[in-house]
Amino acid sequence: MDGNLLMLIYVFVLAIFVGFELITKVPPTLHTPLMSGSNAISGITIVGALLSAGMEEFTISTILGVIAIIFATINVVGGFLVTDRMLKMFKKK
Amino acid sequence: MEIILNIVYLISSIFFIFGIKKLSSPKTARQGNLYAAIGMLLAIIATLLDKQVITYEYIILGLIIGATIGTLMAVKVQMTGMPQMVGLLNGFGGGASALVATSEFYKVFNNPALSFELSVIISIVLSVLIGGVTFTGSLIAFGKLQGLVTGKVVKYTGQNAINVLLLLAVVVGGVLVVLDPSKQMILLGILSISLILGVLLVLPIGGADMPVAISLLNSYSGLAASMTGFVLQNNMLIIAGALVGASGIILTLIMTKAMNRSLMNVLLGGWDSAGSVSGAGSSEIKGDVKSVDAEEAAMIFDAAQSVIIVPGYGMAVAQAQHAVRDLMNILESKGINVRFAIHHVAGRMPGHMNVLLAEAQVEYDKLYALEDINDDFSNTDVVLVVGANDVVNPAARSDKNSPIYGMPILNVDYAKTVIVNKRSLNVGYAGISNELFFKPNTLMYFGDAKEAISKLVNEIKEL
Repeated sequence: MDGNLLMLIYVFVLAIFVGFELITKVPPTLHTPLMSGSNAISGITIVGALLSAGMEEFTISTILGVIAIIFATINVVGGFLVTDRMLKMFKKK
Repeated sequence: MEIILNIVYLISSIFFIFGIKKLSSPKTARQGNLYAAIGMLLAIIATLLDKQVITYEYIILGLIIGATIGTLMAVKVQMTGMPQMVGLLNGFGGGASALVATSEFYKVFNNPALSFELSVIISIVLSVLIGGVTFTGSLIAFGKLQGLVTGKVVKYTGQNAINVLLLLAVVVGGVLVVLDPSKQMILLGILSISLILGVLLVLPIGGADMPVAISLLNSYSGLAASMTGFVLQNNMLIIAGALVGASGIILTLIMTKAMNRSLMNVLLGGWDSAGSVSGAGSSEIKGDVKSVDAEEAAMIFDAAQSVIIVPGYGMAVAQAQHAVRDLMNILESKGINVRFAIHHVAGRMPGHMNVLLAEAQVEYDKLYALEDINDDFSNTDVVLVVGANDVVNPAARSDKNSPIYGMPILNVDYAKTVIVNKRSLNVGYAGISNELFFKPNTLMYFGDAKEAISKLVNEIKEL
């Protein structure tokens, strides 16, 4: 196992702990926006899609990359917008 | 340049973390969502400036198509349709991760100068598996919620054996690809099996268990993104994915705990079999059912000082949240204290009822979770149950033979009077009748929730 992989695993494990700490503090009333908002964050995979679709030569990777961009962008744009739409409605007396 | 790129990715990660942190209160939540969106925008811009990105035509095309579809979905969806929307978005996220991993595979595969690192090829297999399962699993969940696929528990012989065999096939295929990455057909085989697995794993899950399924798929979509991070050796993807993965897992655990069931029980299509075991003993409930009409119900409300409303999936189906808000307003205008008690698994996704009531402009500080309001039922005059059933069934407390025994329920039967609005005496999701309906302090108010509540509001106005 190379050192680089070990670093990535470190980051992964620590990020899971951060996630647990943060999300246990989200009140039940916000669970739906939490899901749609975190969903949008999981669209971060768009970074990989951009790298695939932006290569110099047109290959099968480009095609897969473009479809991935479409999917991930739906996820990101749809997710953040709909979350904002919901959160706008939460009002206190 | 490489360093600048990585610093921007680090900043994006910080934005994601702060964004989720601000979701801890409805006051700051909207800002939190904005933070997360800014983090995403930064990451996308930085990537576009990366030296690996050379041609932009296809990227722009993809971004325009995706952004258009995403915007349309977000603007058009109704609040009652939010579970379907989130289900669908999960699917796109997972699908994108699987596609990116496959694309990375072909990048190396088609370039003789490159070779696979062991960690990369393992991550590709995992990413394809998790992403593929998330994609089709979410589409099935969407179909079930939208009524395109049966919402019932689907069981067939050999169900578990088939799933285990398919999973074994993925493991064996994965080992083969890792040992010899030139075998592209095997990777495509893994992708196909993953897609089939997604369908088979979600199909058995019943409609009311969808909160668990959607939470779990949410977690998968995050884990798939993390795995893609391992493929690309990108820390930001790993962090963002891990946050979402953790979020989905926590929600899943909250949901299963609220139903007093294990995750396996839900995934294998639980309650169906449990119900038949106890069917003989406990479902026979003796007693009379008393029903009221709108006028009588109005008088009961008029005489009350404190009211708790318990909404369930029936309220969402009937789109009755605005009528319920009207009821709250007229009761409050008479000086009656009105609160809402919301069970964790009410509706079809975590927090579903809260969003619907927020849409109807019910202030969020009137919405109480089970643990915050359950002790107050005993000194409440009137409880109105709108379209909820299993979550208010006292059998969960008392009947050891009941399939829902041990499930935390809202103790509505402790109130002086309980008015249950329902279309009929039909059983709830767990397939058991509800002894609450037969209690001496329970009155049934039959009718479609929206119609019945509106009628009730009019009657109260006329008093």
